[in-house]
Amino acid sequence: MIRVVLPAHLRELAHLDREVELDVVGQATQRSVIDALEASYPVLTGTIRDPVSQRRRAFVRFFACEEDLSHAAPDAPLPDAVATGAEPLFVVGAMAGG
Amino acid sequence: MGGVRVLVGTRKGAFVLSSDTKRESWEIAGPHFAGWEIYHMKGSPADPNRIYASQSTSWFGQLVQRSDDGGATWRPVGNDFRYEGVPGTHQWYDGTPHPWEFARVWHLEPALSDPDTVLAGVEDAALFRSTDGGLSWHELAGLRGHGSGSAWQPGAGGMCLHTIVLDPSDPDRVFVAISAAGVFRTDDGGETWRPMNRGLRSEGIPDSQAEVGHCVHRLARHPSRPQVLYMQKHWDVMRSDDAGESWVEVSGDLPTDFGFAIEVHAHEPETVYVVPIKSDSEHFPLEGKLRVYRSQAGGNEWEPLSKGLPQANCYVNVLRDAMAVDSLESCGVYFGTTGGQVYVSADSGDSWAPIVRDLPSVLSVEVQTLP
Repeated sequence: MIRVVLPAHLRELAHLDREVELDVVGQATQRSVIDALEASYPVLTGTIRDPVSQRRRAFVRFFACEEDLSHAAPDAPLPDAVATGAEPLFVVGAMAGG
Repeated sequence: MGGVRVLVGTRKGAFVLSSDTKRESWEIAGPHFAGWEIYHMKGSPADPNRIYASQSTSWFGQLVQRSDDGGATWRPVGNDFRYEGVPGTHQWYDGTPHPWEFARVWHLEPALSDPDTVLAGVEDAALFRSTDGGLSWHELAGLRGHGSGSAWQPGAGGMCLHTIVLDPSDPDRVFVAISAAGVFRTDDGGETWRPMNRGLRSEGIPDSQAEVGHCVHRLARHPSRPQVLYMQKHWDVMRSDDAGESWVEVSGDLPTDFGFAIEVHAHEPETVYVVPIKSDSEHFPLEGKLRVYRSQAGGNEWEPLSKGLPQANCYVNVLRDAMAVDSLESCGVYFGTTGGQVYVSADSGDSWAPIVRDLPSVLSVEVQTLP
């Protein structure tokens, strides 16, 4: 079980009032977690990564275990604490603009 | 019964303003999609309960929302805007090739007769169509495939397709305007396109009368005379009497012919409205006085309309999609400002009153005249 904490705009879009719990097939990576998230909540498709290029949107960040994982490869394994559900993966709207 | 519903897109959400035909007392609903940029909302001419909205942010990309009950409730529909084939490149600001990349939907234009068919003008400039109520989108790639596409260059606001004009007498004819490429027209439902910029002169490009490259800000036309088009260009107010084949300047005695919005009276095809803006570097009204200018002669002769509008210390802008008219017997004219005011004139512009004063910066205003 992977836990994901979404920013307010995306929680509202998906009608969520708390963190998401996802069953991820295979290794827990940024890509597999977002795949599972988009499968469970299709309205979020395209909001975290570009639907064509599959690249993380420029103003979206991934944090976990007090580390910034945003620049890690999409298929790099997430920390064990995230993979086991001990710690959540935070999807964060970057501090930018007004 | 009857009345009007004003659809207001802002930098931080959507608002729906409703009134009876007197247009004196208003109900304000919203914000819908709070915190998101709503570049445009527009209702279907065939079904006023069907409204489409473009919702985006720089953080989380593009969504399209649809209402089937006149804006009371909404649901997200399709947001996959995928260019057809290999997208190729257009010119970047520095003249280098830049890959075509989807950024956002600037304008949604529902078809005149089918609520499920809607066109979307997007940045980077392209035209998409949905025939299933916004669930899926397909590019009309003949526009970008026009031979000049690789030479298009963005305007200061991005390379956006911001204006879509349908022809009520010919469903296969569509006009679009792109900053900074110009006007294009299809006569075969979007398969092939021709530039329609003869007569435009733009000082900011190497060949001032080039076939493409003009920063057209907005087009308007009256439904009874689809051959006649009006244009607010970066500078210059223009008119075409031959469906865009040629243009003549009708700025006439305007105090400045820079601006963004242009609109035509609902019942008088020769009555045109613009909001003159000081210059391309100072995007606010002259002398701090907010004035709409009206021509009742199809251009050239303009009169200022200021009754009820701020006449001191006003430094707002009125963006290209932020002006609209209703079709009540006494034509209503509406516009929104970057200062968050939405004004209405229920007497064709003679006098104005604010509907609401303190919304977020207004990006677009559309009006539905309800039965």
